[in-house]
Amino acid sequence: MSTQPATATTSPDEPLGISLSIDEEAKHSVIGEVPAEAVMDTYHLNVFYGDFHAVHDVNLQFGKNEITAMIGPSGCGKSTVLRCLNRMNDLIPGARVEGAINYHGQNIYAKGIDPIAVRQHIGMVFQKPNPFPKSIYDNIAYGPRVIGMKVDSMDDLVEGALRDAALWDEVKDKLKQSAFGLSGGQQQRLCIARTIATKPDVILMDEPCSALDPIATSKVEDLMMQLRKDYTIIVVTHNMQQAARVSDRTAFFTAKPDETTGNRTGLLVEFDLTKRLFSNPEDKRTEDYISGRFG
Amino acid sequence: MSAASAVAAQVVTSTLASGRSKDRDLRSILFLGALWLSLFFGVIVLVALIVDTAIKGSGRFDKELVTNYASIIFPETTGFKAGIFGSIWLMVCTAILAIPLGVMAATYLEEFADTNRWWNRVIEINLQNLAAVPSIVYGLLAVAVVAIVGFDEKGVLIGGAVALALLILPVIIITTREAIRAVPQDIRQASYGLGATTWQTTWRQVLPSAVPGIATGTILGLSRAIGEAAPLIIVGLGVSVLSVPEPGIAGLSDSATSLPNQIYNLANQSRPELATAASAAIILLLVMILGMNAIAILIRNKFTRSW
Ligand SMILES: Nc1ncnc2c1ncn2[C@@H]1O[C@H](COP(=O)(O)OP(=O)(O)OP(=O)(O)O)[C@@H](O)[C@H]1O
Ligand SMILES: [Mg+2]
Repeated sequence: MSTQPATATTSPDEPLGISLSIDEEAKHSVIGEVPAEAVMDTYHLNVFYGDFHAVHDVNLQFGKNEITAMIGPSGCGKSTVLRCLNRMNDLIPGARVEGAINYHGQNIYAKGIDPIAVRQHIGMVFQKPNPFPKSIYDNIAYGPRVIGMKVDSMDDLVEGALRDAALWDEVKDKLKQSAFGLSGGQQQRLCIARTIATKPDVILMDEPCSALDPIATSKVEDLMMQLRKDYTIIVVTHNMQQAARVSDRTAFFTAKPDETTGNRTGLLVEFDLTKRLFSNPEDKRTEDYISGRFG
Repeated sequence: MSAASAVAAQVVTSTLASGRSKDRDLRSILFLGALWLSLFFGVIVLVALIVDTAIKGSGRFDKELVTNYASIIFPETTGFKAGIFGSIWLMVCTAILAIPLGVMAATYLEEFADTNRWWNRVIEINLQNLAAVPSIVYGLLAVAVVAIVGFDEKGVLIGGAVALALLILPVIIITTREAIRAVPQDIRQASYGLGATTWQTTWRQVLPSAVPGIATGTILGLSRAIGEAAPLIIVGLGVSVLSVPEPGIAGLSDSATSLPNQIYNLANQSRPELATAASAAIILLLVMILGMNAIAILIRNKFTRSW
């Protein structure tokens, strides 16, 4: 277990800009090799839904131009952590966050931070393809329009986003048709194209392939590898092969039942380079999970 | 075939292919009969009523019914021009008043209100109750509103429109809320995830997706309003109006009447010609209501989306 040098982090109580070190590198997690250059990190992140403690003390760092996978059994809080990263949890009544999430050193939960601006930098792709009930073109153009992006030619921007999402050839003749006419896999790539059209910095993906067949899945995986050159990607997946195939680093979560209440609180077990985590996990729970003995 | 399987086949034949259905025993048939009776009671009474009215009014399905004003001097050619145009005008004004208010109120409650706040919950509960308030009460309310706004004259178009708008506001709010709630959460999340504001998400995604539900709810509300006489009588809309409100803003303070008001008035008259005319007008009113409901169904079928 390596002790990591301090990354610039701020807790919500601290005035902005003051650096702290991760004092006691979360004793309950095994933290392996962390990225040299982190775009985002979570600092003692705790998430609550009302009184329910959903996620306990997560310290993670997301490397620039890397794909970070979050894996773990159902209900361990992967989606919860992911939704915190661009403040989508704000939309859930009763959800509450403690600790800090830093984006380029700025705590996005600090006072005065506009969650809408946060989401313009940190985009999101959802589990179920969710195109708008509009044309393919308007699906892509919606994001740039609502955030008031200055674009010389919307047509070029739409084409660029669709090309980047490897969808252009399939849809170039039906841009004005409803996005609902596309297959599930195409819809998901459209949703990815829609996200990159607003030129975010980080893309969050919550089980982006779970509703897709193997061929569509491999297309989305290829796309992720492609996008990694320009974006930082954080992906939740249930598919360990997928995590092993696409990700640079992997975070393994599990849910620990509370002795008194029986509530299952999610926590980070191990975080390391993907190849090390899958070949040589340090924690017994990680080993059990990836070898299929649990979960 | 072995003996055992032959026996099994026999048992199957005698139980499965017995030639009668367990759904056809006496109790089932009695129950079914009761269901049919209930259905027919409602439908038959209604059909009988409509047919009876149509027969009574059959002498007067003519052009004068629509083009003439009411007249007791020439009862055989009395017409409902004032009522028909009055009702149409009332519907237009009611829609202009009630739709924006209702849709905005519903949007606030669904997309912006914090339901943990007690006042929002009180509003919610009261909306349900308001939908059940007798229409005549809205007439009284409208009299007060119109007086406050500064129209001293009784029986003007705007008074009737306010009464009907108040009457259907709860209906519009409730149906709009349901339509908004039926828009999948996915759509909102996708929009927020791209950095859209609540306002943009509501205006560009949620409301357009809710249009079919809003439109059908609104039209059903309006078709309830077009049949109302009681609140209009309270507001003082006359029956012996011999003019049609002027188009435009100026018409708001013109005196007006409505088709139900005229019918109500004629139904009390002893002259048989007037009763005939009233029956014909009732059918006319029914046709107008059916037309509005047909539009509602068309809109729903045209725009409904399966998610
Ligand atoms: N909106 C919510 N309100 C209340 N509790 C929630 C909410 N969303 C999630 N939870 C709870 O938080 C815990 C973590 O849920 P989360 O969805 O983050 O798990 P997950 O790891 O993504 O699971 P899965 O793999 O099944 O998607 C669960 O116990 C869940 O019941
Ligand atoms: Mg999940």
